[in-house]
Amino acid sequence: MCVTSSTWRWWPSAILMFGLAVAAAAASERSPDTEKLTHLVRQDCGGCHGLTLKGGLGKPLTAEHLGQWNRDQLTSIILNGVPGTPMPGWRALMSEDEARWIADLLKRGTLR
Amino acid sequence: MRQWLAVIAVAVLIAAAAPADAVEMRGTGTLGVVIERASGSVLIVDTTARAAIGRVDNLGDLSHASVVFSPDQRHAFVFGRDGGLSKIDLLAAAVTKRIVQGGNAIGGAISDDGELVAVSNYEPGGVRVFDARTLSQVADIPALGTDGRASKTVGLVDIPGRRFMYALYDAGEIWVIGFPGGATPRIDKLTGIGKLPYDGNVTPDGRHYLAGLFGEDGVVHVDLWQEPLRARRILDNYGRGEERLPVYKMPHFEGWAAAGDLMLIPAIGRHELIAIDKQEFREVGRVATYGQPVFAVVRPGGRHVWVNFAHPLNDTIDVVDTMTLKVVHRFKPGPAVLHMEFTPRGHEVWVSVRDANKVQIYDATTFAKKAEIEAKAPSGIFFTARATRIGQ
Ligand code: HEC
Repeated sequence: MCVTSSTWRWWPSAILMFGLAVAAAAASERSPDTEKLTHLVRQDCGGCHGLTLKGGLGKPLTAEHLGQWNRDQLTSIILNGVPGTPMPGWRALMSEDEARWIADLLKRGTLR
Repeated sequence: MRQWLAVIAVAVLIAAAAPADAVEMRGTGTLGVVIERASGSVLIVDTTARAAIGRVDNLGDLSHASVVFSPDQRHAFVFGRDGGLSKIDLLAAAVTKRIVQGGNAIGGAISDDGELVAVSNYEPGGVRVFDARTLSQVADIPALGTDGRASKTVGLVDIPGRRFMYALYDAGEIWVIGFPGGATPRIDKLTGIGKLPYDGNVTPDGRHYLAGLFGEDGVVHVDLWQEPLRARRILDNYGRGEERLPVYKMPHFEGWAAAGDLMLIPAIGRHELIAIDKQEFREVGRVATYGQPVFAVVRPGGRHVWVNFAHPLNDTIDVVDTMTLKVVHRFKPGPAVLHMEFTPRGHEVWVSVRDANKVQIYDATTFAKKAEIEAKAPSGIFFTARATRIGQ
């Protein structure tokens, strides 16, 4: 009896802990490290597309130029690259969620 | 009366001296320029003092900027990504003249006589040539390939005889433009040279132009001492049919790692440098490196080659022994090592570490760090001794 009650007393916090862990895992998948990604887009995509994404060896990545692509297509270009051109696939370096986050950023055109 | 004359003479002397006393009287042989990529500024540095002595702001988008110097090494010409061409007075640390010549530039060069500055453009494509004194336009040469389409131009360098040379990225051609007298260019075109040349450079003797291909496994060689000019393929199939790694940063054909009989160039999509025999232009060996090489810069004299790498392995430098073709020193200066520049006779090397906001200075013999300079997201480093070199 004594044992049972003490076990029961543990339950709420165990559930709480489990819930927190799930939430944390979901958060890390759902909200990528936006500061790191913004830096990557500016500096590393910028190496070929220009710091302000107005174009370089790679085409401009401004919202206006990317009009023909939807979010999924952009995500796929980022992950897989454009074969036969210098545009590399980034799959080895980022998750699908991160690529989608970048696609949304490019679509919004809010990187300045 | 005599006294008055003396006073007037002194006054005249002071007036005459006034424009000059704005700048310190000194030589420029130890000076250089560091590009501050994100803030659109450059630092003026003194390699002997190992210090920054000035900053010039408002130079536009300097991602992928490059610099050449006037023959007297007083002025730097800075080519910005946004098409900006700025002429900077190194002693005054001020802009002498600035124009925006095109929409999207990639690099530039200065003719052997110092009179012409050429800029290569991605947008609208082609090369524009300016008077180095006034920056007024001398010629505009669109890069229309045999297919009639406008092409991006890459690998622009000066070659002897008031000439420039570059490759057409989209069209797969190499052009030589010369200005034997006056402003009318003479254009020689080599067509069908291979798919997607992404960069090119000329050897320090001005004789051999090499262009790397992205669309194929190979390099194009032009011997400028042979008439007529011919584009010859070398290093065919250097990737041995293996699949390339994704290239997260384009390698550069700059800093000619030419040492003794050898030349070391970055292999695209591989963790290797290729060693080429300088007479035969044949592969004679490989150097296994830490990552995909971006710059392979030779120490003046040729003893070592320093190599940096593409994202995400860009925190490291390999030092390669040019006799054994082995890495003899590997170290991590910090996040995002973008460029390396040797002092004119090679005793020290300056390294830009972008994400640490620092330029680090190393002893080229002992590899010990000697100093650090604060800089805002530094990228390219260019010393005035480049003024004396063909192709730089
Ligand atoms: C090594 C150079 C290089 C890097 C680095 C690079 N790109 Fe590209 N990218 C290119 C080139 C070249 C093209 C044009 C391909 C073509 O000819 O269709 C391109 C095309 C694209 C396109 C398609 C544009 C269009 O209108 O068709 C997208 C989107 C894109 N890149 C996104 C990115 C993103 C996001 C990054 C950074 C995570 C990046 N790129 C990094 C070279 C690069």
